[in-house]
Amino acid sequence: MVHEMPAGTDDLVADLVEALGTDRVVAGGGARHLYARDSSIIEGGHSGPVCFPGSTDQVVECIRVAVAHGRAFVPRGAGTGLSGGAVPCNYPVVIATTRMNQIHEIDTERRIAWVGPGVVNLDLTRHLAGTGLHFAPDPSSQQACTIGGNMANNSGGPHCLAYGVTSAHVAAIEVVLPDASTVVLGEEVGDAVGYDLRGAFVGGEGTLGIATRIAVRLTPDPPAVKTLLLDFESIVDAAETVTGIIAAGIVPAALEIMDHKVIHAVEKFVSAGYPLEAGAVLIVELDGLPGGVAREVEIVEQVGAENRVGTVRVAADEVERELIWKGRKNAFGAIAHIKPGYYLHDTVVPRTRLAEVVAKVNAAVERHDLIVMNVFHAGDGNLHPLLVFDPREPGTLERVHAAGEEIVRISIEAGGVLSGEHGIGLEKRGFMPLLFSPNDLAAQQALRDAFDPHGTANPLKVLPTGASCGDVMSLPGIPEGVWV
Amino acid sequence: MEAFRAEVGSSGPVCIRGGGTRWSLGGDVGAEVRVVHAPSGIDSHDPAEMTVTVWAGTTLTALAETLAEKRQEVGLDGPPGSTVGGSLAVGWNSIRRRRTGTARDALLQAECVGSDGQIFKAGGPTVKNASGYELCRLLVGSLGTLALTGRVILRTRPMPESSLWLRGSMTPTEVERSCYRPSSILWDGDHSHVCLEGYGVDVEQEASDLVEHGMTEVDGPPNLPPDRHRWSGELPKGAVLDVAIGVVHCNGSGAVPEVDPTVKVIAGRLKANFDPKGRLNPGRDPYMVSE
Repeated sequence: MVHEMPAGTDDLVADLVEALGTDRVVAGGGARHLYARDSSIIEGGHSGPVCFPGSTDQVVECIRVAVAHGRAFVPRGAGTGLSGGAVPCNYPVVIATTRMNQIHEIDTERRIAWVGPGVVNLDLTRHLAGTGLHFAPDPSSQQACTIGGNMANNSGGPHCLAYGVTSAHVAAIEVVLPDASTVVLGEEVGDAVGYDLRGAFVGGEGTLGIATRIAVRLTPDPPAVKTLLLDFESIVDAAETVTGIIAAGIVPAALEIMDHKVIHAVEKFVSAGYPLEAGAVLIVELDGLPGGVAREVEIVEQVGAENRVGTVRVAADEVERELIWKGRKNAFGAIAHIKPGYYLHDTVVPRTRLAEVVAKVNAAVERHDLIVMNVFHAGDGNLHPLLVFDPREPGTLERVHAAGEEIVRISIEAGGVLSGEHGIGLEKRGFMPLLFSPNDLAAQQALRDAFDPHGTANPLKVLPTGASCGDVMSLPGIPEGVWV
Repeated sequence: MEAFRAEVGSSGPVCIRGGGTRWSLGGDVGAEVRVVHAPSGIDSHDPAEMTVTVWAGTTLTALAETLAEKRQEVGLDGPPGSTVGGSLAVGWNSIRRRRTGTARDALLQAECVGSDGQIFKAGGPTVKNASGYELCRLLVGSLGTLALTGRVILRTRPMPESSLWLRGSMTPTEVERSCYRPSSILWDGDHSHVCLEGYGVDVEQEASDLVEHGMTEVDGPPNLPPDRHRWSGELPKGAVLDVAIGVVHCNGSGAVPEVDPTVKVIAGRLKANFDPKGRLNPGRDPYMVSE
């Protein structure tokens, strides 16, 4: 349902059109409906006019006009976020960066690329084909998500175990701040002097300003890669193998676990060759120089054997390797076929407690009469329990909500945190006090206020406040952190 | 943390001292300012988590010894006597940063005492975390001007099986092209110095390729002068450039880099928000350093 926009909106739209041109501003009900949500299952957002700037100057104009009209603004990339970070509250100006999708400059010698925030993650790596370099962060949505969005959420992906999450791959950022001034944070080479403002900005979920150009670091392609598929009777054995591999001093490029239910869903969907009788499979990817990779294959086989591995399949060639990954990368698509609704959760726990936490999470979700499946970045303890359900069944959403909160509590009790890579957004801001004390939150607020003293950028996200986000907050019985 | 909090208190100017190895960086605190020290000791090192929980007053040497028992290390750097807290406050990177990671990547969680004398926590205990703002990043390199750090959780990495330094007349660019992810490339104006690390078989193979290009095996890195400044295009005599990070190891600090006034505005607000009374390490300014 599209609501009427607040008074003064016509003037706001007129000023935006004057500043940007008619082809860069949409304010009709259809567009506002579309931009009222992201890939989370949070509904109830209310978008104001949606702008599609093509340059830094146009982003400056969007913010200048929004501020002049007393409106907040919400940055948006491809809208693939899973925590409601791009869901607009209270009719802000939505600034979509999708038309800022130019790769401005690639310096293969210095291994730096300057890109627009709207460049799609995989497009950059495809563009780099043949240079021997790639962009390392590889979230599962990499065919659609933008680098600006990756930066806002400090996104991860399977290969971030060895290579680090997005922050490790962003050298410098041109930012338009919430007062419409422009600044470059960070340095192309090395650390900037003073406070690490670049580091603070990455992961800011669009609450600190908008990135308009990003200098990303490019990673050399590894000379050798081996991908292994290990199957186990139980997820406990798979998790113990992960612990054993890390304890042996190996940091693989990726360590991914899928449970029995995911294996079945994936096989039905893409026939990746996963053994249907297995309780869990573990994908191990080893890369680097050939001698070390060969040694590590032996060590992984040995650690697997110590933990009751069934078979160890080492991909013989690129085709087999891609097939193993195809199953993993399509897991969420496969699961979407089981029930019409799904809620993908994201917490991190100490990797040595993975098996115990997964068992507790499964028991908790099943108590709420919901189906739970697990596919996760085991190497860094990043759990992704996936709840599948039919939202049309009465009472389901309440159970999903209750199970989600239990997952968070179980993870925190095990020494974990709220999110590994999806961010807080609207989804988890209500849970922040479970992890952080009022003093901790005040320190985070101090950081935010230094960038945005007037609360103009993506308000109501990340930190819990008493303020409401329109209908999202007014749903009966669901206080905060809503997936509906 | 409670004892440390009480020591810091909630009023009057206070500075924190680690090993004092880089005490004058960023300006001097006045002689009359009360000095506090963070506790020392290692709470726990869990190799399978690749993390260590350590008090900020612990020396880097003591930490390295403990981590080495399980063949791990951290990406912090400082002269002998440096402490964990001091090294985080300064934020210097190791010359082996390409392997060990940066100082800013090393800090996962910090328990701090703020300007108001209250304890707060930044970051979280896990190796991956997207829960809230990246406060830890702000603390590294802040010279203790935002909060005083008592205890931290750091990211550790496996030590390499084999480590080898070579020196020769190849340019840093040529070395970069010849090797896959060397741990360090330094340039002294005449020679490149490269550190190869990893499995013995790979290190030997890459080293033999470099030897064919005239590089020779040496015992370790060149002597590094004690001070650092940012690379500005000129290498003074006796100085050594860390190529990947644009840092010059030299005698005497160089000019303070120019900083965009907008950056200074944000920095000013940060200082005002975290330390409104200006009591933490007064006289220090993280923008008055040359690296």
